[in-house]
Amino acid sequence: MPDQPSPKHAKDDPRVEDTQHAASQDSPAAEDTAAVVAVDTAGGAMQPSAVPATAQSGQLPGGSGTVLRRIFTGSGIVSVLAVLLALIIGGLLIASTDKQVATTAGYFFARPTDMLAAVWNAATRSYIALFQGSVFNPRGNGLAAQFAPFMETLTIATPLITAGLGVALAFRAGLFNIGAQGQIIVAGILAAWVGFALHLPFGLHLLLVLVAGIVGGALWGGLAGLLKARTGAHEVIVTIMFNYIALYFLRYLLNTPAFQRPGESNPISPILDPSAVYPQILGSQYRLHLGFVLAIAATVLVWWLLNRSTVGFEFRAVGANPKAAQTAGINVSRSTILVMAIAGGLAGMSGVAQVAGTEKVLTDGVAATYGFDAITVALLGRSTPWGTFAAGLLFGAFRAGAVQMQIQTGTPIDIVLVVQSLIVLFIAAPPLVRAVFGLNPRRRKPARAARSRQAATTGGAA
Amino acid sequence: MKKSLRAVFKRGSMAGVATLGASALVLTACGAAPEAGSTSSAGASDYTGCIVSDSGGFDDQSFNQSSYEGLKKTEKDLGIKVNQIESKTNNDFEPNLRAMVTAGCNLTITVGFLLGDATKAQATANPDKHFAIIDFGYDKPISNVKPIIYDTAQAAFLAGYLAAGTTKTGTVATFGGIKIPTVTIFMDGYADGVKYYNQQKGKNVKLLGWNKDAQDGSFTGDFEKQDVGKQLTKNFLDQGADIVMPVAGPVGKGAGAALNEAKAAGKDVKLIWVDSDGYLTAPDYKDIMLSSVMKQMGEAVETVVTEDKEGKFNNTPYVGTLANDGVQLAPFHDLDSQVPAEVKSDLEKIKKDIVDGKLKVESAASPKA
Repeated sequence: MPDQPSPKHAKDDPRVEDTQHAASQDSPAAEDTAAVVAVDTAGGAMQPSAVPATAQSGQLPGGSGTVLRRIFTGSGIVSVLAVLLALIIGGLLIASTDKQVATTAGYFFARPTDMLAAVWNAATRSYIALFQGSVFNPRGNGLAAQFAPFMETLTIATPLITAGLGVALAFRAGLFNIGAQGQIIVAGILAAWVGFALHLPFGLHLLLVLVAGIVGGALWGGLAGLLKARTGAHEVIVTIMFNYIALYFLRYLLNTPAFQRPGESNPISPILDPSAVYPQILGSQYRLHLGFVLAIAATVLVWWLLNRSTVGFEFRAVGANPKAAQTAGINVSRSTILVMAIAGGLAGMSGVAQVAGTEKVLTDGVAATYGFDAITVALLGRSTPWGTFAAGLLFGAFRAGAVQMQIQTGTPIDIVLVVQSLIVLFIAAPPLVRAVFGLNPRRRKPARAARSRQAATTGGAA
Repeated sequence: MKKSLRAVFKRGSMAGVATLGASALVLTACGAAPEAGSTSSAGASDYTGCIVSDSGGFDDQSFNQSSYEGLKKTEKDLGIKVNQIESKTNNDFEPNLRAMVTAGCNLTITVGFLLGDATKAQATANPDKHFAIIDFGYDKPISNVKPIIYDTAQAAFLAGYLAAGTTKTGTVATFGGIKIPTVTIFMDGYADGVKYYNQQKGKNVKLLGWNKDAQDGSFTGDFEKQDVGKQLTKNFLDQGADIVMPVAGPVGKGAGAALNEAKAAGKDVKLIWVDSDGYLTAPDYKDIMLSSVMKQMGEAVETVVTEDKEGKFNNTPYVGTLANDGVQLAPFHDLDSQVPAEVKSDLEKIKKDIVDGKLKVESAASPKA
């Protein structure tokens, strides 16, 4: 609950604490109520859930669910600060691998300014390169070339956004979808096969590729949802295993002649027909393709689905508390299957963006690490459609900029991955971030007793 | 009382360690500051050689690393500038290659068949730039791309013969990382070497892990999971093999670990390394390193860069063979005494026959040049 620095927060309101205190005498369940309201609205970031707050407590099936939920829906400021903190630590890491820093550290006491300057130089040089590689490169030849890095960012962000939306959507329905990777792969297999094996007219071919990919992802995701709904198999385990099945199935296929180029035995598919690939929307000097427009459309769609549609309302209700949702007449099984299918379909769009957008072939690396990065993106975007979109852009920028960072400054790409991982780490630990920036609310002595007891009932997550 | 004493003692030792550590830090930071304005600038040439790895990275103990080290060597020897980018995933290939072209690379070396399409695209779009690609050849040559490929089966043939002639149990083994031509070519040559030994000597040495006719055998599934390589090797040992050739990059270390354990348990086992001379590059397994099937990628990269810098670039594929020392069987080093003299002289003769073309080593994966 301390995710909200807002003073309106239930916990900082003495009256609420008093109520909690009093209520806890006879009903431990009621104690959680006020806290849960805060979780439910994520400090006002989300709309309050339709499900009565009393139904939501630390005793939800799977106590870790609330922790996850909190991580996913933490407040925006924490996301920003986490990125900032990660960049600072990343800068120090860059400096520590820098030769100039190492040299100057040797005579730190003789002339400390040298080392400090070297540290500053190393970090800023790398981040400037990161910026130039991802947003705007003033050394480019003409405006088109100067903005090329930004187009590259959008290109790389495309599959991250759609897969991230899939993860975010499933999470809002209370499902932790680790299976984006497998869903991208299955979508990639189907889309690529339609793309290189069938030869159809322009327009129709691409449409079929897109449909094949979305259907493939939806089936793979929906199957996981079906297993969850019908047998109670945990979606985390099911989707992780489905990732492996998809990957090894892909590797098997790539070893069959049907998926290889005629006369070659390398595990790489033929190139997709020109009629099957996304058009490059801003001309051939950029890699940016139609998939990005579709990613924007998907974001709008998910926003509408979640906030304006009955189905989305049901998803959120199930996510808040499946039992209460069932009591209220919502078909939980149907929602679970449907949300996983839609999530899979969104991840499937990433698969299409890969084979029909940037790669144009199918290899066993078709999904890269997008399926797992998508989880991070959804985390950073706090599971909201536009938050995920923005987080996707940020990660796209990191990836695009990493190339320049490597060339200009020799910073290993691993540093960028470290920064990304640090962001996740900090988002998962909001109190740490707020402690670093001195944002933790002052604790008052009488409040502490209530809080610590409450912490115990909510699994110590506070 | 005891407890508190211990606590004090503990705290004391902690403080001591801390003091020691701090003083070490302070001491290392006590050097004299250099005079200002003493920046050195070597007379570097304008020529830039670049390299883009595949997702294995430059520390893959395999072709990325060898090629990278070759290029790094030219940085010193020829005084050229070097740019390198590691690809983390297949998606990085095209952006990385584009970035290299933008960065003004004269020659860009790409590593592996997965970069084939991306290299072709950039080469076609930038006809004034030169490219070289390791371990991949195009059906239709591209005017500004030089393929660097290896007829590895020739050297692997020698390794197969060596293994068959040295084994004490009459069973040898091999396994691969992923079933791709650049891996199976080793296994084909190895299998043929064993077969040739059996034909010549009327023996029946068994080979585990690869069936050349069926083109199928044992694979670990990737070039990462060393424990899978270790398990496979243990299985081979249980089936009576005493010499194993892993063709799986770093996964070979798993095989080395399993063999080291077997040796510690008193078994007489041996390892055949691939790509580089394992005696030098994987010294942990020195004691069991019988030999290595080497692909001299560093040397090939150096040659191509040197030629290009001198304006002698051409797109004729470089094919490493026994004849041009592009592929070799490494020396036996410490295990020299364990190789029968007869086998050694046979190997000399076989090598000569292959170089002269009297003995043909064929593999479905051989370069079609």
